[in-house]
Amino acid sequence: MQDSGINVFFMGKNFLRLLEGLGVTLRISLIAVLLSLPLGILFGMFMTWKNPLAKAISRFYLEFIRIMPQLVLLFIAYFGVTRALGWNLSADVSAVIVFTLWGTAEMGDLVRGALISIPKHQYDSAAALGMNKAQTFGYVVVPQTLRRLIPLTINLTTRMIKTTSLVVLIGMTEVLKVGKQIIDANRFEYPTAALWVYGMIFLLYFLACWPISMLARKLEKRWR
Amino acid sequence: MQENVQLQVSGLKKQFGAETVLDGIDLSVHKGEVVVVLGPSGCGKSTLLRCMNGLETPTAGTIFLDGEEVTSGGKLITRLRQKIGMVFQSYDLFPHKNIMDNITLAPVKVQKRPKKEVEEQAERLLKRVGLWEKKKAYPRELSGGQKQRVAIVRALCMNPEVMLFDEITAALDPEMVREVLDVMLELAEQGMTMVIVTHEMQFARAIADRIIFLDHGHIIEDLDPESFFTNPNTQRARDFLQTFAYEKRRTNE
Ligand SMILES: Nc1ncnc2c1ncn2[C@@H]1O[C@H](COP(=O)(O)OP(=O)(O)OP(=O)(O)O)[C@@H](O)[C@H]1O
Ligand SMILES: [Mg+2]
Repeated sequence: MQDSGINVFFMGKNFLRLLEGLGVTLRISLIAVLLSLPLGILFGMFMTWKNPLAKAISRFYLEFIRIMPQLVLLFIAYFGVTRALGWNLSADVSAVIVFTLWGTAEMGDLVRGALISIPKHQYDSAAALGMNKAQTFGYVVVPQTLRRLIPLTINLTTRMIKTTSLVVLIGMTEVLKVGKQIIDANRFEYPTAALWVYGMIFLLYFLACWPISMLARKLEKRWR
Repeated sequence: MQENVQLQVSGLKKQFGAETVLDGIDLSVHKGEVVVVLGPSGCGKSTLLRCMNGLETPTAGTIFLDGEEVTSGGKLITRLRQKIGMVFQSYDLFPHKNIMDNITLAPVKVQKRPKKEVEEQAERLLKRVGLWEKKKAYPRELSGGQKQRVAIVRALCMNPEVMLFDEITAALDPEMVREVLDVMLELAEQGMTMVIVTHEMQFARAIADRIIFLDHGHIIEDLDPESFFTNPNTQRARDFLQTFAYEKRRTNE
């Protein structure tokens, strides 16, 4: 086929650029996830405090992050903060901050859920066997919490990867943006390029997220 | 007799907020004695047992185990708890560990005993309760009765001096109750000091050296089982026993 859109991948560095675009997405997600993990664990533990003020704060934070579309948060971080405070946050840094704030909230909620799902009698029976607080945590509470948490965390990571495509709107060149550029550049020569490019992007996302989802499924089954 | 006392409860009071659950309990449990605690629901039987191994902190009063104060709090309690095994009503095995690991965890990590020795003891005990072939199984793969037998073994593997049982058959299907009670009967025969809360009256009568009846935070009966079941001192106890008796009410006219 003379005008097959598939050719766009072999022109210049197009395919490499697409991969680089995906790399941007993955890098931001990965950094945000790595930061969200420890922060989320701390936030999740904070969320289980019985203190009313602590409850109000964590509740407000979680709701705020959940209600605000990530896009709005991104705009606030990138345009708003830059204007209002005069800080010059790069798109990269803004994106990492926003996705870390979001990841911390979601991760915190997962940690909270996992922690409170450990029944009280697990603590009691550990105590009755003479375990001190540290032993109870180390041998009984943490392993059970982690088992519940790891599949959920992996799912959160794939959500993060998908959502980071929003960074295109604060001017970052991630995979979707590259795709659009390629399509625009070849609009007349290869009218079918759009299909090919978006198809390829779909495939790339799938390849990035599918193994992660599978791992989550497997761990979930193994640990029930 | 006095030096034989293993567990000494004196003037024990426990309040939850404004509610006084235990209001001055005095009780000495002697070595090898089997004490069954009876009483209506909510009268504080679980609370009494939980105070005995420091899971609840008394509002007032003291509890001594072998002359050491359980109620003193602090670090001592984790050591004393190793001498008091407790089995609960809710299945309380650790779901992320298999049966063998459930049993060996505390003896190895808390008592720092050699794993091999603990495993040998676990093997003996598991064989005794007929669950040796389940050593690699996970708690979710066991029936309720099997889980409770494992829970007993897990407590026994700490080599406790006293065992506390809080209605450990209450959540079981009737056909599984027997297998668990049999294990307890065997333990009693071997001379284990035990404090048992149960709703199985036949069993209480068979296993007890002594029956304690709790009501409104007080011990109102402290009798040998024959006297308690045939001729209790108080009306309250008589009424309680009556609730377990079934009479043929339907009359053929
Ligand atoms: N942690 C707690 N906080 C507040 N109240 C409690 C607590 N634990 C027990 N109570 C109250 O103390 C009373 C005695 O409870 P307990 O569980 O000791 O009774 P019980 O004799 O074991 O009853 P049952 O036969 O139903 O198991 C109940 O009124 C209960 O509501
Ligand atoms: Mg109870």
